[in-house]
Amino acid sequence: MSYFSSHFATLGHEFWGLLVGGIANGFIYAMVAIGYTMVYGVLRLINFAHSEVFMTGAFASFFLLKFLVGNSTPNAFESVVYLIAAVLIGGIVGALVALLLERVAYRPLRRRSAPKLAYLISAIGASYFLYNFVGKEFGRINLSIDAPYTNNTVFTIFGAPVQTYYIVIFFVGVTMLVTLDRLVATSKLGHGIRAVAQDAETASLMGVNIDRTIALTFMLGGFLGGVAGFLYSIPVGAVYGMGFTPALKAFSAAVLGGIGNLRGAVLGGLILGVVESLSVAFVSGAYIDVVAFGVLVLVLLVRPTGILGERLGRSA
Amino acid sequence: MGSLIFDVQDVTLRFGGVVSLNNVTLHQNRGEILAIIGPNGAGKTSLFNSLTGVYAPQEGTILFTNSQDKSISVIGKKPFRVSNAGVARTFQASRMFSAMTTFENVKIGAESHRGLGVVGAMLKGPATRRDDRNSDQATKELLEFVGLTSQANTIAASLSYGARRRLEIARGLATKPEVLLLDEPAAGTNPAEKIELAQLIRRVRDEMGVSILLIEHDMKLVMSLAERLYVLNFGSVIASGTPDEIRANPVVIEAYLGSADAGVAEETK
Amino acid sequence: MKNFFGNPRLQRYGRTLLILLLIIVMTGPEGNGSQPTSGFTGSFGNHMSFFGFFYPQRWVVFVLLAGIIYGVISSVKLTVHWWRNRAIFRGDTYQRISRTVVATKRRSRLKSTRLGFYALGLAFALYFPHLVTDQSWQTLVVQDVLVYLLLALGLNVVTGFAGLLDLGYVAFYAIGAYTTAWVTGSLPTPPPFGVHWNTFVAIPVAIVFAMLCGVLLGIPTLRLRGDYLAIVTLGFGEIVYLFINNSYGITGGSTGTNQIPFLSFHLGPIKYLWGLIPEPYYYLTLAFVVIFLIVFSSLEHSRVGRSWVAIREDEVAAESLGIHPLKYKVMAFAIGAASAGFAGVVTASQTLFVTPPTFTISFSINILVLVIFGGMGSIFGVVLGGLVVQGFVAYLTHSPPSVYNAADLYMYLGALLVVMMIYRPAGLFPSRRRLRELHLIEGGVAPDTLQVEIGAHRVQEDV
Ligand SMILES: Nc1ncnc2c1ncn2[C@@H]1O[C@H](COP(=O)(O)OP(=O)(O)O)[C@@H](O)[C@H]1O
Ligand SMILES: [Mg+2]
Repeated sequence: MSYFSSHFATLGHEFWGLLVGGIANGFIYAMVAIGYTMVYGVLRLINFAHSEVFMTGAFASFFLLKFLVGNSTPNAFESVVYLIAAVLIGGIVGALVALLLERVAYRPLRRRSAPKLAYLISAIGASYFLYNFVGKEFGRINLSIDAPYTNNTVFTIFGAPVQTYYIVIFFVGVTMLVTLDRLVATSKLGHGIRAVAQDAETASLMGVNIDRTIALTFMLGGFLGGVAGFLYSIPVGAVYGMGFTPALKAFSAAVLGGIGNLRGAVLGGLILGVVESLSVAFVSGAYIDVVAFGVLVLVLLVRPTGILGERLGRSA
Repeated sequence: MGSLIFDVQDVTLRFGGVVSLNNVTLHQNRGEILAIIGPNGAGKTSLFNSLTGVYAPQEGTILFTNSQDKSISVIGKKPFRVSNAGVARTFQASRMFSAMTTFENVKIGAESHRGLGVVGAMLKGPATRRDDRNSDQATKELLEFVGLTSQANTIAASLSYGARRRLEIARGLATKPEVLLLDEPAAGTNPAEKIELAQLIRRVRDEMGVSILLIEHDMKLVMSLAERLYVLNFGSVIASGTPDEIRANPVVIEAYLGSADAGVAEETK
Repeated sequence: MKNFFGNPRLQRYGRTLLILLLIIVMTGPEGNGSQPTSGFTGSFGNHMSFFGFFYPQRWVVFVLLAGIIYGVISSVKLTVHWWRNRAIFRGDTYQRISRTVVATKRRSRLKSTRLGFYALGLAFALYFPHLVTDQSWQTLVVQDVLVYLLLALGLNVVTGFAGLLDLGYVAFYAIGAYTTAWVTGSLPTPPPFGVHWNTFVAIPVAIVFAMLCGVLLGIPTLRLRGDYLAIVTLGFGEIVYLFINNSYGITGGSTGTNQIPFLSFHLGPIKYLWGLIPEPYYYLTLAFVVIFLIVFSSLEHSRVGRSWVAIREDEVAAESLGIHPLKYKVMAFAIGAASAGFAGVVTASQTLFVTPPTFTISFSINILVLVIFGGMGSIFGVVLGGLVVQGFVAYLTHSPPSVYNAADLYMYLGALLVVMMIYRPAGLFPSRRRLRELHLIEGGVAPDTLQVEIGAHRVQEDV
């Protein structure tokens, strides 16, 4: 009894701080989860190499910021410009890597309608190749990012400080997620994606270009994944193996929200981020990564279709 | 005997808004050849899936009674349990293990009801070998029975339509069922094969004592084979009776003329 | 313009060129974050020896090599072409008939060929320690080849026979190894009943323990779609790793275990101790491999093996025949787990210390590569593939050439997986049945079990 009460006391003490941190992480998970969910929607498979999209996005932004910021201290205007540039380059490289993955590891298999096991294995191979390749070319040590801003406390919520980093995540995250949601719900591309997710054969009869739609789906998910990689790496740095754990968590988030369901991915990501953050009060630091996995197993046991239910193409 | 092998009461099966089976009540006597007819989309396959545990209807009861007078309630049971209780089936779009040979396909059926026996399988003990020989023997006899002996070593995917149907029947019979459910067994077969098939089905009942529940569109086949029929339309039973009664039933004729499928009407004229 | 780039020959050349560039970079020097281009420029600009003839820049060597390989392949193709054409001139019909006869004959001969191969291989294996007396080589062969073969044969049951992707396979290996350390009293936690047991006692304990974990993990996840299993096992592997790496009080944490005693037995007058010399371990592990081979071969050709094939091919049909799919999947998963646990005992009793870095997820991928390379589902293929890949890796570890850096192993293995899936999904030495299945799936004849999303009775839940 006293074990829990003392832990709850810690929780009460730090609650708001943990909540803010959890929501920030949640946005990152959500952005990665979207990539899983979208690919799952059109191909019905887990894109095991999505973690490397995340990682390469972080590396791209790292190099750009190293070039832009260097040892200087950017002023407010420069901060914003550099940040936007870093977000864009992370996203673009993420999208390109995702496209490459689709081309090399998936499309040849799709051409001969290979069994699903083959896709999974191919994706895992691609993931191992990519992250070790990056490790080889850019070193296997952690590279700390030159943040384009100074991480001050902007304001406080119930005594919990909210730093610039959280504001950045919040703005970038909300912008990306809302844009994507609108894009998928209203644009022609979004229509194509939904049609393919529902029934690829019918979609192709309706004149949707399947190959193009799948490639674009990968790119959209890749863009968000790459940006998420950058945001994630700002405080902790970039390293070749950085994708594995966050990606596993993001996948758990996607399942939690209901795989194939875009809003579910966002909801799942936020919930997972907060739950994980709050569980710091109960779980020792080394095992914090286990929480997400516990959530995954629990969801699969209790409600495998997730909170909002699976939505393979029924709507956004 | 006269006892019921299947007793279906007020079964309703829904998929979201679609009602596939609507308050279906029917029964099959032991040893009977019973047919279900009805236009496409009437819910015939859904009924089979409900009878075999693939679907779980939301309302109603399905009782299967074996020859030892033991009854089980099918709804909520998994397909393998229903199979173990003595119900075998074939599929509308035949589902063989296409990369296996004919022989292997049937053998799977013959041995599927035994326990797991993994340790025996690894060590290949005498009991396992004996089991294996028995399954081989049973498989040979069944292939002989359905007339596929000459194609025992053919890969199932390269069999003709008619042969596939017979293979599925043999595979189902290998599980030693008390009732065999056949979903459109004559679809895609030629007239000669149809005649053979009808003979085979009757032999299954007469020589093996297995009751037959049959879905079939070919009216000539159904009317000559079935002792009693139920007519489904839009998920509901609209008529039942002997072939003669069905032929004369105005509701049935109406239903069939209403749809594109005018088999019964033609048959009656 | 579009026509120009759409030219298939041009595309092929382009692809070849890209692959060549990739190989040059992959085999090049390591780069680093502060000079991000150094790895790339070094890959092309550094000099290397061309078979000792001269010492040009690296790219020159690779282009020359590519040219030589291309030349050899073309001339072989040309010869084969000529040979075939020559045959055709001698009467088409006769040739065709005789060819089909040969094909059926060959099929019946296949089994005896295989047996012959096994016998020859066994004879060679028994003689091997006299052939290669270098002890560092012998150790490598035991630890990096034979133990891996044990693991690959076990994973083949899961992935090859039952068609399940288990990425946390290494966790069961870790469980086996740490159970050995526990049972023999080499962990910070006291051994069972406070007794330092003989290492052989660890075998049944580890098998039971690993199997139990497999069953507990398998039952909830194997009900779900096939790919969920992959990710859940991945998470499980990660958790087991976190646990052994962090719980200092139980497993020794990152410092690893205490010294695990050598294998030994002492039954009345008979006693034997496996010491530091690799040779006795070689024979013991070889014996285990042979046992695995025999046991899993009979499993493959048993009722259980056939049921796995049935489930793999068409789960709905299998279930309609009374086969309980979940039971069989869990069984395969548990057998795989038990094999890995057993291999863990073998490793722990040879390496004396067990440390967490051996048990990262990557290790599962290494084993997966062996299974895929030879041909999943084919025991013969897995053995041959495992020998080729691990033999090569052992060679690279023992005497690495200048183009190879041990840290890049998983880069190569990852690339190999992708290449296999694109060009040889059934492996280099596939089982005939597996090949047939694959052709049928790809031809759209057979349903893909994993594609048949969920057992049909679950469909309603979605609505
Ligand atoms: N798994 C399912 N999900 C949704 N609807 C289904 C499913 N199975 C059958 N149905 C619906 O039930 C109705 C009856 O189908 P079915 O039983 O196949 O008819 P029949 O075999 O008589 O041609 C159809 O409207 C069909 O769409
Ligand atoms: Mg039907």
